[in-house]
Amino acid sequence: MGNPVIRVDGVSKRFTIRKDKSLKERLVNFRRSAAHAEVFWALREVSFELDPATTLALIGHNGSGKSTLLKIIGGILAPTTGTVARRGRLAALLELGAGFHGDLTGRENVYLNASILGLTRAQTARHFDEIVEFSGIEEFIDTQVKFYSSGMHVRLAFAVAVHVDPEIMLIDEVLAVGDEPFQRKCLERIKRFQQEGRTIVLVTHGLDVVHQLCDRAVVLDHGQLVLDGTPVQAVRALRDRYAEAERLAAPEAGGARSVHITDVRVLDTSGAPLRAIDSGGALVLEVDVESAVRREEWVVGIALRNHMDLLVYGTNTRLLGHRPPPLHGRRTARFVLPSLPLVDGQYYVTTAVHPPVGPEWHRLDRTAVFRINSDGGEDGVLHVDPKFEVVEGEGLT
Amino acid sequence: MLSDRPAAFDRSTACDRPTGLPRHELEPGHAGGAAAAPLRLVHPPRSFARGFLPDVADVWAYRELLGNLVRKELKVRYKDSVLGFLWTLVRPLLQLFIYAIAIGVFLGQGRAIPDFGVYLFTGLVAWTLFTDVIGGCTGTIVSNAGLVKKVYLPRELFPLSVVGAAVVNFALQLVVLVAAYAVTESWPRPADLPLVPLALAVLVVFGTALGLVLAAANVYLRDVQYLVEIGLLLWFWMTPIVYDWTKVRTNLVDHHGLSWLFQIYLANPMANVVLAFQKALWPGGDTRQGQPFAYDGDLYLRLGVLLLVCTALLWCAQRIFARTQGNFAQEL
Repeated sequence: MGNPVIRVDGVSKRFTIRKDKSLKERLVNFRRSAAHAEVFWALREVSFELDPATTLALIGHNGSGKSTLLKIIGGILAPTTGTVARRGRLAALLELGAGFHGDLTGRENVYLNASILGLTRAQTARHFDEIVEFSGIEEFIDTQVKFYSSGMHVRLAFAVAVHVDPEIMLIDEVLAVGDEPFQRKCLERIKRFQQEGRTIVLVTHGLDVVHQLCDRAVVLDHGQLVLDGTPVQAVRALRDRYAEAERLAAPEAGGARSVHITDVRVLDTSGAPLRAIDSGGALVLEVDVESAVRREEWVVGIALRNHMDLLVYGTNTRLLGHRPPPLHGRRTARFVLPSLPLVDGQYYVTTAVHPPVGPEWHRLDRTAVFRINSDGGEDGVLHVDPKFEVVEGEGLT
Repeated sequence: MLSDRPAAFDRSTACDRPTGLPRHELEPGHAGGAAAAPLRLVHPPRSFARGFLPDVADVWAYRELLGNLVRKELKVRYKDSVLGFLWTLVRPLLQLFIYAIAIGVFLGQGRAIPDFGVYLFTGLVAWTLFTDVIGGCTGTIVSNAGLVKKVYLPRELFPLSVVGAAVVNFALQLVVLVAAYAVTESWPRPADLPLVPLALAVLVVFGTALGLVLAAANVYLRDVQYLVEIGLLLWFWMTPIVYDWTKVRTNLVDHHGLSWLFQIYLANPMANVVLAFQKALWPGGDTRQGQPFAYDGDLYLRLGVLLLVCTALLWCAQRIFARTQGNFAQEL
């Protein structure tokens, strides 16, 4: 569109961690002060543009710099180098109720917090009833906030925040609070924001939220932008990174590495390799497992994921009630899936082998892929082949 | 792959605003989507020399919030206490009592200076305002860390809200002063009253300038708040509040010939503010007995010069504050 709402241009942020905070230490270490300061880059040369009415997710592992980036976009931190430009009103929900003061009543806090977020007193007064209704804590609105439960606190804060009416909204991990009905209410509200053409940048660890809400995602790793793409690509890239990290961190206890999945094949019922089937058709998955040492008990499992990384189907030998014979050397586990009534699309096979209890020995994500063909015209997971007709109505004629 | 989804699920078709205007669109100041506003740099670099006015404009844009923060400061301070606002009066009144007994009675100062209680109180209200501003400002960024780290507002608002709350408390204490006039049935001469707003302006500008620097410094070095406590104690005794300025003159100039040191003593902005308060608000200064204790120099000129100097200081202080505030959120 070439008319971005947010432009992040070569933003880097350097943090200096000083170990000496008191005057005495500073004076004593005055000459060596530079040596005592530890420098690290929370962000390095991050650039992207965001078009209006998009919802962007910033994802990454802990300490990847996503919250720092959000704060820089919000103007709370100043970048060391680079610039951020944006247009329109902005509301940052970095921490719900950051401006709440425990000694003030809910009502007083609503006014204070709304003015911190940029509403005038008159505007707040106009939305006040709505805010209270949204929060659902009418009875306690004149109670001091310090007596609120944490859930009530969050409800009231979110209620204020969503009534601020920003063009750009920054959200940091705030959706993970509140009970389920309230969370649903929040999600609905965010969806309404999206429909109204507002721009949202959110930081989250809940990768499902990314799928659900966002139309773009940026993956950060140690302050660097490693991927900027669709939520599906980004979540996949991030999950691969997690898996990689886990693999590297996993202790090689009990010769775990000695059990391997060597191959995964997608076959038809006659045993020929297969790329695509029609919806409702049959499929055979063969998993080759190899172990250098003898394993009395072992479990092999499969999972099918669709292009949205949604788990469509999964099972393993233990869930099926099978106890495979001891594993030593090479074995082939065969799963026959007689009918896959799925909607049109690509499906990815994940396999894993593990002991009945304890960590996985080996896991291969998306090792094989197959396609399911159907007539399309469907969304979701299941292919149901519906019939449709208009039934003659009565009364209106 | 998103294109696999049927159109009904594709959000891009839903980007247009719904047909009915969203309710906020009807409000002034809220109209217009993001596309209407220009793309603006977040915190464009402002030069040290020319950044003052834009920063002041930023603060002005948030004036309503400033009012709310002042209200919060006042409400929160004595919330849940039975006496509430009366507590603001307890400290100065206790100080007044102590000094009136110790210095006025025991040291005999009260026999020399007429209306000694009022004399003390005029100085004490000015001093209380000053300590409220300085002491309050110093800790304000640190104590509002939750907000500083999570929301953007011009950070000057926090020190300024402290100043606002302190001025309100000051006004309350003036009520006590008026009550004292009523009881003693001696009222100050109206001719000198214009000194009060002038001195008050010097005090507030000077206090705000100092407060801004100290608030910023305290973020980086927590020792500042303890240094401030000690500094204020020292400063209190360097200001003619509980003793009169003639004693200093007698000792420095007449006994030791150190008139340059006396001039330095008089350059203290707080000394001038307190002297002006005493001259304007202490009726005893108009009596024959009290006249020597009222300052005889040209206070209008002194305060006028100080006001200019303090405004320059405020400018410097704001620039220092603006320079350092970008890193507040990470230092806290």
